[in-house]
Amino acid sequence: MYATNYHRASSVEDAVKLASSNDEAKYLSGGQTLLPTMKQRLAAPSDLVDLRHVSDMKGISVSGGSIRIGAATTHAEVAKSSEIASACPGLAHLAAHIGDPHVRHMGTIGGSIANNDPAADYPAGLVALNATIVTNKRSIGADDFFTGMFDTALEDGELIVAVEIKAPSKSGYAKFPNPASRYAMTGVFVAKHGDGSVRVAVTGAGSDGVFRQADMEQALASDFSAGAIDGVTVDDSELMSDIHASSAYRANLVKVMAKRAVAAAG
Amino acid sequence: MGMEGIGARVARKEDKRFITGKGRYTDDMVVPGMKHAHFIRSPHAHAKIKSIDTSAAEKMPGVIGILNGAQLAEDAIGNIICGWMIHSKDGTPMNMGAWRPLAQDTVRYVGDAVAIVVADSKTQARDAAEAVVVDYETLPVVTSAIEALKDGAPQLHPEAKNNLIFDWEIGDSAATDAAIASAAHVTEMKVINNRLVPNPMEPRAALGVYDEGEDHYTLWTTSQNPHVARLVLSAFYNVAPENKLRVIAPDVGGGFGSKIYIYPEEIVCLWASKRTGVPVKWNSDRTEAFLTDAHGRDHVSTVKMAFDADNRITGFKVDTIANLGAYMSLFSSSVPTYLYATLLSGQYNIPNIHANVRTVYTNTVPVDAYRGAGRPEATYLVERTMETAARELGVSPAELRKTNFVREFPHQTPVIMCYDAGDFEASLNAAMDASDYAGFAARKEEAKSRGKLRGIGMSCYIEACGIAPSAAVGSLGAGVGLWESAEVRVNAVGTVEVLTGSHSHGQGHETTFAQLVADRFGVGIDTVSIVHGDTDKVQMGMGTYGSRSGAVGMSAVVKALDKVEIKAKKLAAHLLEADESDIVIENGELKVAGTDKSVPWFQMALAAYTAHNMPEGMEPGLKEGAFYDPSNFTFPAGCYICEVEVDPETGKTEIIQFVAADDFGKIINPMIVEGQVHGGVAQGIGQALLEGTHYDAETGQLLTASYMDYTMPRADDLPSFQISTTETACPSNPLGIKGCGEAGAIGSPPALINAITDAIGNNDLTMPATPQRVWAALGSAK
Repeated sequence: MYATNYHRASSVEDAVKLASSNDEAKYLSGGQTLLPTMKQRLAAPSDLVDLRHVSDMKGISVSGGSIRIGAATTHAEVAKSSEIASACPGLAHLAAHIGDPHVRHMGTIGGSIANNDPAADYPAGLVALNATIVTNKRSIGADDFFTGMFDTALEDGELIVAVEIKAPSKSGYAKFPNPASRYAMTGVFVAKHGDGSVRVAVTGAGSDGVFRQADMEQALASDFSAGAIDGVTVDDSELMSDIHASSAYRANLVKVMAKRAVAAAG
Repeated sequence: MGMEGIGARVARKEDKRFITGKGRYTDDMVVPGMKHAHFIRSPHAHAKIKSIDTSAAEKMPGVIGILNGAQLAEDAIGNIICGWMIHSKDGTPMNMGAWRPLAQDTVRYVGDAVAIVVADSKTQARDAAEAVVVDYETLPVVTSAIEALKDGAPQLHPEAKNNLIFDWEIGDSAATDAAIASAAHVTEMKVINNRLVPNPMEPRAALGVYDEGEDHYTLWTTSQNPHVARLVLSAFYNVAPENKLRVIAPDVGGGFGSKIYIYPEEIVCLWASKRTGVPVKWNSDRTEAFLTDAHGRDHVSTVKMAFDADNRITGFKVDTIANLGAYMSLFSSSVPTYLYATLLSGQYNIPNIHANVRTVYTNTVPVDAYRGAGRPEATYLVERTMETAARELGVSPAELRKTNFVREFPHQTPVIMCYDAGDFEASLNAAMDASDYAGFAARKEEAKSRGKLRGIGMSCYIEACGIAPSAAVGSLGAGVGLWESAEVRVNAVGTVEVLTGSHSHGQGHETTFAQLVADRFGVGIDTVSIVHGDTDKVQMGMGTYGSRSGAVGMSAVVKALDKVEIKAKKLAAHLLEADESDIVIENGELKVAGTDKSVPWFQMALAAYTAHNMPEGMEPGLKEGAFYDPSNFTFPAGCYICEVEVDPETGKTEIIQFVAADDFGKIINPMIVEGQVHGGVAQGIGQALLEGTHYDAETGQLLTASYMDYTMPRADDLPSFQISTTETACPSNPLGIKGCGEAGAIGSPPALINAITDAIGNNDLTMPATPQRVWAALGSAK
């Protein structure tokens, strides 16, 4: 790791100000991606602005079917929240299966989605849940937020403050972990919304990050059962292929995990 | 056996310091004036070094020195050697290319060391290393041994045309061909044994200290055999004379073979200490461990096994290509030859065997012994072939094995080994009972009702441990003897120190070696200290690998204990005015049998050192040493049975049960033996199911150079093991020990792959059996 300057932000405004004071500054949340990258000298921010002590960015609130999760909320906090488990069980399940206990107690939802790792779990959850990402400047719909592999709609210095979700009527997540990294080799989040629409979002498989599976969404909108997607063919031409899984194998996993997510959603 | 003697389930003495973080490893060592090293490594798999520009780096803060291969050559530091000479079948010696500790003209794998930066801190060393400009001219790359043998492939070393190191054979080719030609059935297979990265918990480290005043060198290093390190550093690498070099291997956090060898970093740190005038420490990070620790396995073989009409094996023919990487590591040549092909008879009576082995240079990390070293490769061939043959012949796998088991001992195989003792059917029966093999069909049906594919597979392994005798291995090309030494020192108060040339890097010698003393003299193991791993304390030894500490190292201790016992009894008889033949040692006392006359152990010891009242002619003191050279290998054997369920939708395999029934001969500490089996089986399952090493064929980059991509087995990948032992004593050593360190890794991979191929109904499956591979095999089976 190269030497860096550490700052502890006390508020959202303070964080943005600290980060804007240097072109090479980076926000630090749980550090589960940034710190290993820095240790390998693959990233060299001049300044780190620690967000973990900004009270406005922490905590979970659920009221009248509206869920708000502070960006600096850890995966473990989401996983163990009885309110989330009740309002959106698929999301609680997703959070409970990210990485390992160490990762879940350090990593945060804001950090995860800002990084938009193509194999991270949360992007699938937030896209399927049609979540709104609230920043210090604006609100961004999940479909618009995730713009490609490791890429988001965030502008320089823009800071995620919270994630807002309207509780779905049904939700389920199933993932097949990469045997080595335990990231999602394919993860599928399925959500049935109050208006009857269904969203199916896939992580770990797409060659450009999280994506929605329209054919499955249509099939499930008319019949929300695992069997309803038996007839859907998953096109593997846009899927990732690497030493762990070919695109054909990932296409198979997309379907299998989607069915399991639907079954889990009940 | 006593509470702490042979056979007692004693908790490990050393674990308290290990689990409380009080172990002292090489990287914990700090000496005055110590500085830190960073190695500059080739980012290319094959390239010419055109120039190395250190001018900017030398001016950076904290930099003490930057050294490269040219300076190493100035000081006449020698090439890294392979210590086992193999001759090709045409009689020519192996074609060994030069391995410079710092590459001088050419780099041959990603990670090849090019230069060393010594600085005040690790960070400064790394910063300066980034400022060193090495100009490379890249060359074509080859990573596959099969590709490397082809005409026109990139050439690594001028000494090895077509990258062929040797073309070696064992056994009778014509007789084996004749057996195949006249066979009632021939089973043919192509079998790949996947390359593995060892990954001991503690990465390698070295601290070299040159003392100008004494003209003396000290090397702390992560070694399984510090005396061998001292020998080669002085005799071959010209770093320091043997009498001026102390090598210390303190606590070492796992080796699995990868810490047998003398690596460039140890040589360079020691040499750099003299060259720069400061103590030089280097500690590998995990990426460097992936890129530079010797890898294991990497064989491609074709086999033909011939059967007569009664399903008896009449011949076994093997052709193997072994990838040895970019350079020949210390024992690399012995692994795919004498540690491998000599075990191709398995547990079976096979009249004709022939194996041909070609070893090959490629632009990959050097390959050498890794837990099992050759025997896992042999066992995988034999046991995959046996299971496949049983399926083809329509007989049960157990029946085919029983038909062919060796049942009379000693048994001379056609490939050098003479099996001395064993009861293979006893292990097979024990494993089948423990696994409820008979009830499998019902379990398979039940699994089917849940949409799962259940399979069962077995593996009957035999291996050779306690590698020796010295004269025999010498005649086969070994550059060293493979005996062991021990010294037993009884102190004046009766406490005991055992000095051994064996080295513990997780095996628990501080407990098991002490149990030998407790058993013999009736003293508590807390009064016994085991001293090892320091060439200034222990005169000479051959270290620990090949499951040799028990069979060879302990046998040396027994010989020394014999001598101590004789002298102690003589002295006690004198003190008790009795005949020495009447003295017995019980519960810490030397007694006159059948009387109440006795002298406590500590009092006898004190008498030996006060020397006030000694028998006429007896020297004062009580200290004896011994060297033990075995008369044969030992032959652990057993049967492993694995039962799996495959999820046909994802190809994921779940291990439902894993049964190990081993015959290790006499067991000193059952708990430690169980731990060894657990660890070995975990590594075997890792090889069979999880651990795949991938190189990019174009660039030679190691694609699986971190835990993000290289799958180490974790607790949730493994079932709870059901293990048991049967015992046939080894006749060739005084304790009857066979060894248990590698069996788990040797016996388990074929059992697992036999189970998966049984489940999916497709025998064409390569390790590691990842979900993707199993899913693909299921698809092509349909």
